[in-house]
Amino acid sequence: MSKSRENILAHLRQKRSHVTESPSTYLPQHNWSQAEKLERFMERMRAVRTEVIQLPDSDWIGWLNTELPKRELNRVLVGTNETGATFTRKADSSLDIRTYDQNIEQWKNELFTQVDAGLTTTRGGIAETGSLILWPDADEPRLMSLAPPVHIALLEANTLYETFAEAMHEQAWAREMPTNALLISGPSKTADIEQTLAYGIHGPKQLIVLILGK
Amino acid sequence: MHQTEAFNERIDKALHNDQSRRNFRSTMSGLMQKRAEQFPQDDELQNIRDQARAIRSHSLTNLPDLLEKLEKKLTENGIQVHWAETADQANETIYQILKAADAKTLVKGKSMVSEETDLNHYLEKREIDVLESDLGEFIIQLAHEPPSHIVAPAIHKNKQEVAQLFHQFFPELGYTEDIDKLTLMAREILREKFEKADAGISGVNFAVAETGTLCLVENEGNGRLSTTSPNLHIAITGIEKVVEKLSDIPPLLSILTRSATGQPVTTYFNMISSPRKENEKDGPQAVHLVLLDNRRSRIRMDEELLDTLRCIRCGACINHCPVYVQVGGHAYGTVYPGPIGTVLEPQLHGIDKIGTLTSACSLCGACGEVCPVRIPLPQLINRLRAESVNAERSEAHIKGKGSMRKNSEFTSWKIWKSIYGNPIFYRTFLWLATRFRFITPPGISAWTHYRTAPKPAVKSLHELAKLEGFDHE
Repeated sequence: MSKSRENILAHLRQKRSHVTESPSTYLPQHNWSQAEKLERFMERMRAVRTEVIQLPDSDWIGWLNTELPKRELNRVLVGTNETGATFTRKADSSLDIRTYDQNIEQWKNELFTQVDAGLTTTRGGIAETGSLILWPDADEPRLMSLAPPVHIALLEANTLYETFAEAMHEQAWAREMPTNALLISGPSKTADIEQTLAYGIHGPKQLIVLILGK
Repeated sequence: MHQTEAFNERIDKALHNDQSRRNFRSTMSGLMQKRAEQFPQDDELQNIRDQARAIRSHSLTNLPDLLEKLEKKLTENGIQVHWAETADQANETIYQILKAADAKTLVKGKSMVSEETDLNHYLEKREIDVLESDLGEFIIQLAHEPPSHIVAPAIHKNKQEVAQLFHQFFPELGYTEDIDKLTLMAREILREKFEKADAGISGVNFAVAETGTLCLVENEGNGRLSTTSPNLHIAITGIEKVVEKLSDIPPLLSILTRSATGQPVTTYFNMISSPRKENEKDGPQAVHLVLLDNRRSRIRMDEELLDTLRCIRCGACINHCPVYVQVGGHAYGTVYPGPIGTVLEPQLHGIDKIGTLTSACSLCGACGEVCPVRIPLPQLINRLRAESVNAERSEAHIKGKGSMRKNSEFTSWKIWKSIYGNPIFYRTFLWLATRFRFITPPGISAWTHYRTAPKPAVKSLHELAKLEGFDHE
């Protein structure tokens, strides 16, 4: 196989071409105010059937304790971080909180079949496209926002960026990328039959974003 | 000529399928409109096209260095890199990885490169169970058909056809033509497969050399599931997909999704930079990348044809092609249809095999106008037409160059040239053509199937002008 490598590189190097300068970084500016960013983010998210709730007092626990039992989302998956621990302590007694505290191999079937909703934090949001930024890690593993039929995401209002380019630049992603970085812009969807939009194909059927603060 | 006859037959078949033609017409019109809505300001569109073109050109110019850098970064990150010169090598590499891991069941995210290598058949022959998980790909896998569009693979089927197909394979789920219900049915069928598959296979939209990151664009979540749930992930991509910097990604992503399906962004943008790390609880424990050449390095040798490799596979050229919309994807008989297929396929397989595709173009220019990376598709199609009849030695590394040259055609044009290049011959020819107009044949093969035969006028324009008193032209 390393012979293939040598051959391919040799073919490519047969062509003499001068090394060019990298194109400059593309950083479009909208100069939106915080209110404009919020409005744009919510408009974009709702356009693809995301449920967006603003909680200026950041009382997400209260919201979850009221809403989840009502919607019969009883088995809720949380991470091993501060958010997960807090919710486990304060969750309504009717809810069955499951913590993602073991390797997937030990409980894959349960995760795929018996969890109603996954609760995760986010690393920020993008107003231009209505996207959440997630960097899953050991405390909030990758499948939390993917396998359960409902994904609930907490977004701090002050982590909204105008564009993906800005978020990447400000958070200095190029320094070190995580195992998996994600942009999530709505619930799972497809238009593969007659180009007709249908939601809930393979990923979460529902995405609920709770915006904390102003 | 065999390839031309076969192509004509496929076109004929496509033109007689009214249902599928209606599907294509309505879908393409919808996609064109949705794309246009995403670019309300022309200057913004032109700026981002310039940026995307510059990024892709820079990648191709520095391709060997960037590939080495990509390999180094990926390896540091724990992703194993494999190189394949041919489709067979790529398939065999993947098979060996699966075999070593004792992986028997496979879920696949959408990958056009794996269509190019015909990976599914290769693995199925070796007793590996391959399941396409993108809804469109799943549908055509059930129907044993190839994709008819690179972004919307099952677009030639309407909901009734999908309903019948599902009912045939999964009768226990009941019959429905409701698209929402069909979608949920597919979810139910595939859920367990995602949970239990031994390995996942995916394509790659962009590979970032700077950070060693594989980027995947999708809406369904099947790409994320295929690359997250199984313990082994194998990605396959063409060598041209590398870009230098992470900051190259936002403009490319933005113009890709807007050009392809008219979405400001897709539901998921999935960036993978390493296998599961030590304390992490999920994700594949091994990630491999197979880099496929398959003549791309030869295409890159030519200063003009090199532009072919800038392509980011959005499909906008296909959506805007007046030929594609009439005949659909299967008529091309290739993995990549439409304008990009017309340019790419003869270069991958040889003009002697599939050069006839270049005749299915009116040179209207629509594809070149919408291309997000400004590939001059009409010029490239013209170039390949020239190469297909060019018997002279040129620098281009194109297989089957000159293979479509016909002596009769060559002689006709030679005679035409000598007549039109000499005033005395030209006048004599005109005089003869008008006086002996009665001997022109009434039928000229294909030309007169749908048209009346041309007949010279009684008097030429020159003679009429002279009669009207015009001195000289």
